[in-house]
Parts: sequence; C-alpha cells; structure tokens
Amino acid sequence: MNNPLHTRKAEWALTAPSFLWLALFFAVPAVIVLMFTFHGHDASGGVGEWSLSTWRELVDPDYPAIVWNTLRISFEITVWSIVLALPCAYAIARMKTRWRGIVAGAIMLPFWTSFVVRVFAWKTMLHPDGWLQSCYIGWLSVRAWLFGWLPGFMQDFLLWAGLATPGAVDPASSTILDSEAAVVLVSVYSFLPFAIMPIYSAAEKFDFSLLEAARDLGAKNFYAFRRIFVPGIRQGLVSAVLMVFIPAVGSYVIPQMLGGTNCILIGNKIFMRAIQNRNIPHASALATLMAVAVLVPIGLAMWWKKRQDVRGRRRLDAQTARLMVSAGGAR
Amino acid sequence: MKRSFLSVAVLWAVLVFLYVPILLVFAYGFIPNGISMSFFDARGQFSGFTTKWYAQIFSGNFAVRDLLSSFWLSLTIAGLATVASSVLGTTAALALHRWKDRIQSIHHALVYVPLVMPDILIGISLLMLFVAVKIDCGFWTILVAHITFCVSYVAMTVLARLADFDDRIVEAAYDLGAGPWTAFLKVELPVLMPGIVAGGLLAFTLSIDDVVITSFVNGAGTNTFPTYVSSMTKHSRNLPSVFALSTLMLIFTCVLAGISRLLTGRNQVVRQKAAVTDKE
Repeated sequence: MNNPLHTRKAEWALTAPSFLWLALFFAVPAVIVLMFTFHGHDASGGVGEWSLSTWRELVDPDYPAIVWNTLRISFEITVWSIVLALPCAYAIARMKTRWRGIVAGAIMLPFWTSFVVRVFAWKTMLHPDGWLQSCYIGWLSVRAWLFGWLPGFMQDFLLWAGLATPGAVDPASSTILDSEAAVVLVSVYSFLPFAIMPIYSAAEKFDFSLLEAARDLGAKNFYAFRRIFVPGIRQGLVSAVLMVFIPAVGSYVIPQMLGGTNCILIGNKIFMRAIQNRNIPHASALATLMAVAVLVPIGLAMWWKKRQDVRGRRRLDAQTARLMVSAGGAR
Repeated sequence: MKRSFLSVAVLWAVLVFLYVPILLVFAYGFIPNGISMSFFDARGQFSGFTTKWYAQIFSGNFAVRDLLSSFWLSLTIAGLATVASSVLGTTAALALHRWKDRIQSIHHALVYVPLVMPDILIGISLLMLFVAVKIDCGFWTILVAHITFCVSYVAMTVLARLADFDDRIVEAAYDLGAGPWTAFLKVELPVLMPGIVAGGLLAFTLSIDDVVITSFVNGAGTNTFPTYVSSMTKHSRNLPSVFALSTLMLIFTCVLAGISRLLTGRNQVVRQKAAVTDKE
C-alpha cells in the first residue's frame, strides 16, 4: 500500500522531533556528566584539566558513608512501604467493583496538592512540641529496650551497619525533626501510593478462589496469604519495589527539609557540590554513582522478568507435552 | 468479612495517614498567627480563624506579590511544556507503534530511560549541559527541562492507547473512500485524543509540581511556585498564604478532575454501546 503516512520519509518526520530532542537534552547531558568525572575542578567553579583526581577523591571517607546511608535508608523506606501497601492492595482488590475505583481514587487524591506544600505541612507537624515528638521518644525507647535484649554479636553488627545507636534515649537531644526517622516517615508517606497502585492492579487480576481452595486444603489464613497471594502478584510487587526504591535513592527535597544535618543523602550532596560549592566534577561523579545504584536493581528486575517468562514458557511446554502424552494414551 | 479484617484496618489507617497532612494544609490556610503557626496564643487561648490570607491572595497584596508571580510562572511553564510535550510525545508514540526497526529501538530507549531515572539525575545532567555550552539559566532552561521530562510520560500514555487501537477502522475508512490524511485526522486522531489529553494532563501536573529539576536549572532569581515555597519555608510571616493558595489549587484540580472524569465516563459509555452494537 503506498500510504504517504507509512513511508520512510514519514518515519523520519515522526521520529526526528522527539528523537533529536531527547538525544540533545537527555543522552548528550548524560555523556557530558560522565566526561566531567574525568576532569579536575578549578578554583573559579569551572571544569579543569583531564585527570583521575575526582575518582581518587571519591574514597574520601565522607562519600562511602553517604552512599551507604542512602542505600540503607532507601531500603528501610521500601520495606515499610511494601509492608503497608500489601494489605491495602489486598483489601481494595477484595472490595466490590464500585468501591474499588472510589478508594483507589481516594489514595491518589492527596497527591494533587503540591509536593513541597505537603512536606512543609509535615514539617509543622513534626515540631518539637507536637504529639509526634512524644511518639518518637516512645519508639526510640522501645527500640533501645529491644536492643538491650539482643546478644552481643548482633548488637555489634547493628551498630556497625548504622541500624542502631548505643546508649540510653535522651529526650532532650533526640528531636524527630532533623532526624532520619522523619525522612523515612515522610518518604513512606510520599511514595506509598506508588507502592499500592502496582500491587493493587496485580491483585485485581488475582483469582481469589485459589485462597479459598488453599483454606479448604487446610492452610491457615496467613499461610495462604504468604504462599498463594504473594507469589501470585509478584510482578506487581517487583514494580512496586522499583517505584519506591528509585525515587528514594534519588530523594533530595525530603532530607533537605526534614533531615537537617543528621540525614544527608547522595541527592543532597550532589546539590551541595553542584550549586553551593560549584565543584562540577564531584557532583558529576556522585550522580554517576547514583545512576549505578538505580540501574543495578532495574537490571536485576529485567533479568528476573525474562527468566520468569522463560520458565513460564517451559512450564507451559511441559504441560502441553503431558497433555499430548495423556491424549495419546487415551487414544 | 472477618477474614480480611486486618487488611481493612491497615487500609483505614493508611487513608488517615495520607489525609492528615492534607487536612492540615486546609486548616493552616485559616491560621491567625503566621509566625508561630498555631491556633493558640501564648497563654494557650484559642485565637479563632481568619480569612485574611485568602483576602491577601485575591487582592494581590504586595506581601504575596512574589508568591503570585511565581505561581503564574509555574502556570505558564506548565502550559507551554504541556503543549510541546504533547506534540513530541504523540509523534514519538506514533513512530514507535508503527515501525519496529533499529532506529525505533534506540528511540524507545531514549523515551523509556528518563522514566526510570530519578529527577535529580535529569536535573544535574541538564545543568551540566548548560554549563558546558555556557548558557545562563532562567525561564528558557526551565522550560526545556520540563519538556524533556514530560515527553516520555505523554509518549507512554499515548502508546498504551495505541495498543488498544483497532487498525481495521482505518481500513474501513479507506474502503469508504477516505485519503490517508483524512483517515488520520478524522479517524485515528479522534480515537487517540483521550490518550493525548490524559498524557497532557499528566505532563501538566508533573510540570507544575516539579521542584527538584527546576532547582537545578532555574538560575538565580527565577522561581516557580514549588521552588519559591521551599525557599520561603525557612523564614516568612506569610506561610499561611501558601497554604491558602494550595487549598485553592486543590479545589481547582478536583473540579478539573471531576470534569475529565465526566468526559472519560461518557466516553466509556459510548465505547460500551459500540461493543454492544458490534455483537449484534
């Protein structure tokens, strides 16, 4: 068919605008960032000569600690979000069809208020005289009490990993504002809907009669939930993890407004180096590290999905073979 | 339903968790004391509500002049970015849907990767580009940045719509004597329109809410609403006016969403009717 809208020329006309735009403003800048990491910086805030000094300076004891903190806090945020999102998605998927749309809409609605304004509302709520401060002290005391019960080697491990702090809780010096807990709390608040939605859309397609079948076969409620429901929705689970983990690694506004000096993540350091200290090569190198931190889980997820597909196909092949064999037997 | 009691309880708790800050945004718009941000005075007495912050916004008082101008700048940039990214995103989706060659696989990567990159990386890499070619940051750099991150979202939304597209209706148009342009403009484009509008709305909300990318490429003195708010949270007596303006914005977007819901709802009815007549 000689349709003028399906010719080679038409392909160029339709491809060129977005292709060139994204090449110029997405791909080229990424290459520039990578190139800048192989330069030193000069005193006037520009980019200096070719050198490996930037990469050598990255082992400066400050940076590895920040990268580790970012990964650890992103992991905490992801775990909390998934733990909360799973029962929510399950509950919505089990509702009547009419209610599902309403509740799903209600979960997304708060996100039409400006993000900065919402974070600022949290900042006022986390004020040292507020009720959340007393909750925080209570939480810290419970944690310290539990920590005291652990065997010595586990205490050492938690201290080493930065997951616990030694000593008793001092209510005067531990404020929830400017703490890591505030960053985790508000990040979970911000990313939770993005964890609920993919799990919910996977759960909507889930066949709940499987759960009843499991129960008929003697499985306890939680066992059936864990062994039948969770594996049944794992695709949604993987995308939920990515939807939370990626913005958590890249987060910058929340730690800047609520974390104070106690919670500086890669994002904050990039901003500091790029805008305040005008050290372009260092900012580029940190950005490269962040890109790696994001691309590794994405790559893993893609590899996993591919493997799942292959496995699924093999299982299907085996099933078909069995069916054919049994059909042959019947004949 | 006893068996899912725990999950329903968690759902209710999460809804409360999500709505408390929104209710606070609403309440803070009526707060009398903009410095202490409290409804109670020093003696613990309740000091009532005020509508003066709303009055300030509607009268364009000089105290909120910068806030309002940053708000208009946000609206301008979001509007322009929406139009530009809708065009770029739609052409990208059409190309990606129609052809499956080497160029399109690179094209697909270019469209897809920005979606999974954290905002801050897009912001810093654009800043590096502007540093490398020595462009001063301001209005135009913000606009370019916003178009760049919106294109992918529009393209993906339109692409999803194209996946459901039934090519037979275009063939039917040819059979009925339509030329390729008529078939595209009168048949294909109207069917794609809901996807383009949905993508455009998404682009608008993302652009108007963006703070991370903008704070890298805005240069000195050019503030959009989000960057202005984050700069004034440190020390300002006018914070309640931010909350008042946010409340107004929320009401506005709810009305807009209601309208679009009505439109797509009607569309769904039409589609269902078409499906029914198909069967007959």
